[in-house]
Amino acid sequence: MSEQPVSLNSYIRLCGVVFVVVLCTTASMIATSYAHIGSSNDWTLKVALILAIAVVNAFLVAGYLMHLLSEKKLVYTVLIFTVFFFIGLVGLTMWAMNDFPPGTASH
Amino acid sequence: MEIPYTVQNRPDTGLYNAKLGIWLFLASEVMLFGGLFSAYILLRVSQPPGGWPHGWLDVRLGTVNTLLLALSAITTLLAWAACKVREFGKFKFFHACTILLALTFLGIKSYEYHDKWIHYEIQLANGKIADGHLIEKSADFDLAKITGTVTLHGREVENHVELMDLRSPAAQSAKLDEMTIPASDIKKMENYGPRHNTFTAIYFTLTGLHALHIFGGTLVIFYLWGPGSKLYKTDPERFTNRIEVSGLFWHFVDLVWIFLFPVLYLT
Amino acid sequence: METTVQQFPPFRETPAHPGHDDHGHGEHHEPNFWQKYIFSTDHKVIGIQYGFMALCFMLFGFFLMLLMRWQIAHPQMPVPFFGPILEKILGQPAAGGAISPELYNSFGAMHGTIMVFLGVVPLAFAAFGNYVVPLMIGAPDMTFPRINMASFHAFFLGGIVMLVSFFIPGGAAQAGWTSYSPLATTIPTNGQAFWLVGMVLLITSSLLGAVNFIATIIQLRAPGMTWMRLPWFVWAQFVTAFILLLAFPPLEAAGVLQLMDNVAGTSFFLPTGLAVGGQLADRSGGGSPLLWQHLFWFLGHPEVYVLILPAMGIVIEVIANNTRKPIWGYKSLVYSVLGVGFLSFIVWAHHMYLTGMGQKIATFFQATTMMISVPSVIILTCMFLSLWGGAIRINTPMLFALGFLPMFGIGGLTGLPLGLAACDLYLHDTYYIIAHFHYVVAPGTIFALFAGVYFWFPKMTGRKMNEFWGRVHFWCSFAFMNIVFMPMFVQGIKGMLRRMSDGGINYSAARVPNAIDALPGTAMQMNGVILWAAICLGIAQIPFIINLFWSISHGEKVGTNPWRATTLDWQTPTPPPHGNFAHEPQVTHGPYEYSMPGAAEDFTPQDAPADKTATAPQPAH
Repeated sequence: MSEQPVSLNSYIRLCGVVFVVVLCTTASMIATSYAHIGSSNDWTLKVALILAIAVVNAFLVAGYLMHLLSEKKLVYTVLIFTVFFFIGLVGLTMWAMNDFPPGTASH
Repeated sequence: MEIPYTVQNRPDTGLYNAKLGIWLFLASEVMLFGGLFSAYILLRVSQPPGGWPHGWLDVRLGTVNTLLLALSAITTLLAWAACKVREFGKFKFFHACTILLALTFLGIKSYEYHDKWIHYEIQLANGKIADGHLIEKSADFDLAKITGTVTLHGREVENHVELMDLRSPAAQSAKLDEMTIPASDIKKMENYGPRHNTFTAIYFTLTGLHALHIFGGTLVIFYLWGPGSKLYKTDPERFTNRIEVSGLFWHFVDLVWIFLFPVLYLT
Repeated sequence: METTVQQFPPFRETPAHPGHDDHGHGEHHEPNFWQKYIFSTDHKVIGIQYGFMALCFMLFGFFLMLLMRWQIAHPQMPVPFFGPILEKILGQPAAGGAISPELYNSFGAMHGTIMVFLGVVPLAFAAFGNYVVPLMIGAPDMTFPRINMASFHAFFLGGIVMLVSFFIPGGAAQAGWTSYSPLATTIPTNGQAFWLVGMVLLITSSLLGAVNFIATIIQLRAPGMTWMRLPWFVWAQFVTAFILLLAFPPLEAAGVLQLMDNVAGTSFFLPTGLAVGGQLADRSGGGSPLLWQHLFWFLGHPEVYVLILPAMGIVIEVIANNTRKPIWGYKSLVYSVLGVGFLSFIVWAHHMYLTGMGQKIATFFQATTMMISVPSVIILTCMFLSLWGGAIRINTPMLFALGFLPMFGIGGLTGLPLGLAACDLYLHDTYYIIAHFHYVVAPGTIFALFAGVYFWFPKMTGRKMNEFWGRVHFWCSFAFMNIVFMPMFVQGIKGMLRRMSDGGINYSAARVPNAIDALPGTAMQMNGVILWAAICLGIAQIPFIINLFWSISHGEKVGTNPWRATTLDWQTPTPPPHGNFAHEPQVTHGPYEYSMPGAAEDFTPQDAPADKTATAPQPAH
């Protein structure tokens, strides 16, 4: 990672921005959590919203702090396969658990 | 023959060995926590309505821990940047911050664990449930022999359901008192440890495994900050790489927490 | 070459962390025993460590199987000769020298675990991979030598934990190698907790190994060693490493969760209202037993390919070398192995048709299961076609490699009915399954591993193993292997269930006249045949064991390249020194350039100077 000359100050500025955004996303997650969204018993919408904000937060950390945005193709390839198999694991398991033969209630 | 590309990037991949290694390791970590998260999702959606508790964890402490980890992630990046521009003093400062922040995180985490450990749900002989934090057990308290008393700071409820959603207006307005219960009134007494229900089980497992990662990461960073930093004098490039690689691990641990916080504390 | 080797002080990486970087001070101290054999970071020593341990564990797992076969053929009868020893060591579970059902269960669980996780994977992946892969790609060592050592130590510890679990009160794990919950949690023994701790260690070992292999193959290929010049064995190890890297962690997660179930009293895999022994279990419930099965088989099925791909890699190397012509369809082989690796992640639930799975998801998994057989068959076909028109040299490694082909063929083809839910519902949990996967792993993978041992032994020691006893080993193993496993297909189709400690006697005795579902006497009589065939199979391994040790010092001395092979592993001094190559090899040729027109010899080493052959062709397709 010695491609371009860097100054510590540029990193400090970047980090300042990242931290402010992390503060905002965390605050908005908490706010969403306490807000009245959907019915009080059904958390689906709320969970989806909060996780969406968490993804923004995660993108920030992965993209800037782990400098994934300027990473090499090889790393992307590895991660794409990983994410694909992770989705396969969760998705197919959920599908299998929710697909029962007609006439039966659930597992 | 020496092992090549320990410091310099291999031209066709653009990576040095350790960096590829840590990304591969992180890929497997994604699948590890992915497996645990899929267990979480599955267990949660298969609960009967009202079976998943809300508001059992202290959002304030969770928020503080989130910010602590975010800060430590930032100091980790700055420590690496300081190494890169060869400012060793600043590196020492930033990673000292990282270590302190990590230790504070673990301190708060253990306080939270302790808080759950002394939190008891007691099924009373009259069918009601006493729920609260343990203040003291009398010296002769013994459930088997039915002697002594136990004192809780909490409340008594008619039904277990009332304990599930602590964010509900009813639970928020409940008055907490000190109450002393004789052993003869106790049918079953259990703390909010992992075996209490599915939520505490997954809470302790996920955060415990995460805390182990924090602990391991802190050890590595401490080593690189202390005895391992001798390498800076002989081979600063290689040392910088080590800081980068350990930093990538640390950021990943932060990343896991970014998802743990909402799924456990906020929903 | 030998002289230049001297300038590299051996074991320069050995000192602990900080010292790593200040070599060059000229400290030429001779490594002592511990540094050389226990805490070695040399990939070749680690490979041999893995290989030796794995062979020992395989022998132990085989012995467990013999005891089980005795119990199946002669239920509740004292085991001859070993019975008193067992009673002395294990006490009550082996009372009277006979094997109790509980002991049978733990032997069954541990036979599977040991053979898969402590035998075949360490031998096929870790041992051969460690020894051969860096040599084949022209690398001085693995990328992370100290992590490599840590990986072996984790494996060793895991093995110890597994073995120790036999001696704790209650004995070793009894819930089968699949450890299905809630059975795994409700059996009153701590053996399961030991099993889980052992597994977490073994998984950690495999993960570290996988990271190391992938990084090595990507980063340390010698100049000119392009992806399409990699020997196919390296490709197979590469894909295997990826499978381990991404499929093992979910099982580690599941292992942690089940450990919590067993130790901390949680209910991750225990359903609400679970009753044990007629009593409602003191558990919170709310868990899902099926979740364990999903997480287990997410690893469990790719694991099959972890077992088979390195074996196929060995077979390809041996076949190419002994047919003296380029392997048929190198590119198809490469794309097939990538396809197998990819698809292996999305077929796992074909192990779970019997769990009340819905038709849509079952159809999905049937489709992917049928799809994965396509690249597997391409690989097998390439192996067969490679034989066509070759001037085949018959020697022990080649015999084992040739034996692999029909044996794996039988194993693979008998798997097709199991991939289809309709037949699987009947065949599931019968001896048909046992026969099927043993044909894949025992006469399949293990034959390939024997081929590998005979093939690379001259590289490790500079001596060949005895050819005559090698052939005796092969023909006896081949015959008895088939007598052991072929009858199991029949037994399974007749309905004999697996995991029964009495071999089906009770089931058979319960039959009523003319009932169609009772086991006929012939199925039961086969148990006796299998027992004796298994004993003979054990005896057939004695020549191998003696040959292996005897040849280290007394085998026929050979040069660096006795098989006249093309790949880089044969272009180093024998045994290869620390650092492997005196100079970085320059690769100019494909991996299997045998009998090239215009070449001086009937093989062209990969690092031969380019001008030796006029055209320097890629391997023919």
